[in-house]
Amino acid sequence: MLQSTASAIREDVASGRVSAVEVCRAFLDRTTAVNAALNAFNLVTSERALAQAAEIDRRRAAGQTLGVLAGVPVAIKDNLCVRGMTTTASSRILEHFVPPYDATVVARLAAADAVVIGKTNCDEFAMGSSNENSAFGPVRNPWAQDRTPGGSSGGSAAAVAARCAPLALGSDTGGSIRQPAGFCGVVGLKPTYGRVSRYGLLAFASSLDQIGPFTHTVRDAALALSAIAGADPSDATASREAVPDFAASLTGDIKGLRIGVPRAFVADGVDAGVRAAFDAAIGTLRGSGAQLVDIELPHARYAIPVYYLVATAEASSNLARYDGVRYGYRSARDKDQNLKQMYSRTRDEGFGAEVKRRIMLGTYVLSAGYYDAYYLKAQQVRTLVRQDYQQAFEKVDVIAMPTSPIPPFRLGERTGDPLQMYLADVFTVSANLAGLPAISVPCGFSEGHLPVGLQLTGRMFDEATLLRAADAYERETDWHAQAPAI
Amino acid sequence: MNAIRYEPVIGLEIHCQLQTRTKIFCGCSTAFGAPPNSHVCPVCLGLPGALPVLNRQAVDFAIRAALALGCEVQSESIFARKNYFYPDLPKGYQISQYERPLALGGSLTIAAGGGKRVGLTRIHMEEDAGKSLHEGFPDSDRRTYLDYNRSGVPLIEIVSEPDMRSAAEASEFFAKLRDILVWIGVNDGNMEEGSLRCDANVSVRPVGQTAFGVKTEVKNLNSFRYVHKAIEYEVDRQVDLLDGGGRVVQETRLFDSTGGATHSMRSKEEAHDYRYFPEPDLPPLVVDAARIERARAAMPELPEARRARFIAAYGLPEYDAGVLTQSAALAQYYEQVAREAGNPKAASNWVMGELLRTLKERGAEIADVPLAAGALAGLIRLVDSNVLSSSTAKDVFARMYDSGRSADDIVSAEGLAQMDDESALHAIVRDVMTANPDAIAQVRAGKNNAFGFLVGQVMKQSGGKANPKIANQLLKRELDGTP
Ligand SMILES: [Zn+2]
Repeated sequence: MLQSTASAIREDVASGRVSAVEVCRAFLDRTTAVNAALNAFNLVTSERALAQAAEIDRRRAAGQTLGVLAGVPVAIKDNLCVRGMTTTASSRILEHFVPPYDATVVARLAAADAVVIGKTNCDEFAMGSSNENSAFGPVRNPWAQDRTPGGSSGGSAAAVAARCAPLALGSDTGGSIRQPAGFCGVVGLKPTYGRVSRYGLLAFASSLDQIGPFTHTVRDAALALSAIAGADPSDATASREAVPDFAASLTGDIKGLRIGVPRAFVADGVDAGVRAAFDAAIGTLRGSGAQLVDIELPHARYAIPVYYLVATAEASSNLARYDGVRYGYRSARDKDQNLKQMYSRTRDEGFGAEVKRRIMLGTYVLSAGYYDAYYLKAQQVRTLVRQDYQQAFEKVDVIAMPTSPIPPFRLGERTGDPLQMYLADVFTVSANLAGLPAISVPCGFSEGHLPVGLQLTGRMFDEATLLRAADAYERETDWHAQAPAI
Repeated sequence: MNAIRYEPVIGLEIHCQLQTRTKIFCGCSTAFGAPPNSHVCPVCLGLPGALPVLNRQAVDFAIRAALALGCEVQSESIFARKNYFYPDLPKGYQISQYERPLALGGSLTIAAGGGKRVGLTRIHMEEDAGKSLHEGFPDSDRRTYLDYNRSGVPLIEIVSEPDMRSAAEASEFFAKLRDILVWIGVNDGNMEEGSLRCDANVSVRPVGQTAFGVKTEVKNLNSFRYVHKAIEYEVDRQVDLLDGGGRVVQETRLFDSTGGATHSMRSKEEAHDYRYFPEPDLPPLVVDAARIERARAAMPELPEARRARFIAAYGLPEYDAGVLTQSAALAQYYEQVAREAGNPKAASNWVMGELLRTLKERGAEIADVPLAAGALAGLIRLVDSNVLSSSTAKDVFARMYDSGRSADDIVSAEGLAQMDDESALHAIVRDVMTANPDAIAQVRAGKNNAFGFLVGQVMKQSGGKANPKIANQLLKRELDGTP
């Protein structure tokens, strides 16, 4: 059962072949068994999950129709609000924060009868590419426990890879779903900006953040996306674009589909094992009838600096609310401290080093006298990056790149060099800057049996084509069915 | 000594709460005076993950204000974050507008300075902050309490050009602006509750100089009197400084209403760097021509236009027109009375006289008046058709005001109708003449007040109901016809 997809579990629960409680118990047992080693979860909510599963079984017995994710255990990244469930963003500053409301995606999962089993570990406020920036310790990669699962949604990726849940939600600001999905050998989808409501997502960079699913298969990702996507009166940036039944678009037919490959961009600095897996993957796509087209993304190499200016600027403002006044951690070092001291001590003690680094960077970027040179310039280059993609999509339907230039690295290997760490996002950040949907699917292993991800990027709001291409690839391979030996 | 004469240069920034039912970015109530922190939600408390959604009514009110002040509403404006830390600011930033505000330009003409036109720079939308309560609690020496009910109440900030040259001009500008904002229904005008707040930018320069002097910003001016006092104080302070060989320092100053003085709050060096940037949680605010036209159509006639129309259409004296257009509600009420009574001047007399006097006595507002305009018109019609004498009508008015009954109802139930019946009046006239031979003799001797005495006796005997005109005629006829 642990190897089952979300679609299969839903069918089994709905048809009564298995009860939601049995499913829930099996995944909770698995979670308990492996989490001590992986540290993928900040919180496991067994009792609540079992009660919800029992309710689903009762409703089925009463002959009621069940939701599209009925009985599917789901792990939620700890930067998404679940009413009454501690939500920390893996930060000491929110260590005991209990939100009084559900994120829109959580409410929609509940409406689809999915069962939340817990909150997953992540980089603090989703800032990181290795999950090492968590106040509650790093997550370990289920394929190689001395290595990172990627970040920032490392816990969600590891949870799905280790079969603790067939479905998890993460957030992706510069690659935080796709890169850990690639590192952990699972499917990770970042939808178009605006496709999924951000209400209830603890903001890192509001113009880049997007919520998406981790699954074993593209079909499950399509199913989950249909459940969580769509307009939301609580999020002014959520699009009113119609939400199709994405699973229905998975025909397996990609004959004549034009797949762009930015050869010059992916030429440098890519690990040999990753390179080989990527080349093989695009060969498979061609074998399925797709047409490979060389494209250029001339401004893609500026994506990393642009990203770190825009994202940190927004983050410096988004994280201002964590000031110790209304909720969360407040420094108690000195009873007689004045307001300024309370602010600076609370934030100094409550935030980790990387978060503070980015707040300072972003504050600087927005400061009088620097705004034009940094923030404004970055926004201008962001427009150029977006135009690169627009031009490319005149010639092609989907763009293929490796998800990450490197395989999962060792814990501690890059923590001393933030710039080196930032470069791990080189292939993922531009989709966020341009607002485009992108997916990472397992495409093999590099040396040492470390997972490699294939990233496909689609047109705005054209997840249907993107998912069709990814699904067609998946049909020709069995990388997605392999599980780590843990 | 040849003292330099200085000229003050003043610009105002006015924060105006919009009278929407709910807050600008969430569904919480904007009602004033609720228990602390009872009108709050994740959005206006700045809880993690909460997002703003713009209130359409707030935009429509802001557009209405912009149109009333002759501003040009921008087809696209952008919300921006103004970043600073303060406990009553839950997100650590205020959502405002910066580089691209809702409206540009506009002006307001004041009587001072010979009908001076004061230019407006811009109008932008923003959210209000919560309230820090530093006083009134047993542990106020150690603690500040916070009330977020006001957090997220919609505001517009109206920024004037530095076109005013005296405290009197500035306070008149502020008062006139208030009248318009209240008139068009976007603001309740309640300055004690902070619905309207004013900051002043003040500088002085030698008369004849075109360049501006160094300005200070004076905050916390929440009444016309304070605007006047604070600016006067600040102008004198700056002139004294310059005369004494000193110089004015650019800074923010706070007006202390008890001492009547301004005090330095923070210097230019201590000024915040607000790090404005476009609010990524809100798309650009697009206002199309149709929406502006709808706002224009929904706009009540402005006070000046209405005053002119009252004079032209109803033949009212300028004074009456001025009084009746003090508020939109009063003008509305008057116009309904005038139309239904068919006698604009009588309507004006009744509204300005009995009605406003009664409202004042009861401490009530025109909005709460229990007497419907149609009912007052009914009373006027009874007087015009001689059913009621004007003195009886005043009694009837008082009874109508308190009971809500119609004039017809009161008159017929209490038999108050004027006595027009000649035969009945004739009997009374005869009785009066029989009883007062001395007065008749005096009338015949040419003493006019004796005639008045006789009329008064007729009125008295009729219980005040006699139609004085008919009583007069009958009395005259009797006197003439009697040898
Ligand atoms: Zn609220």
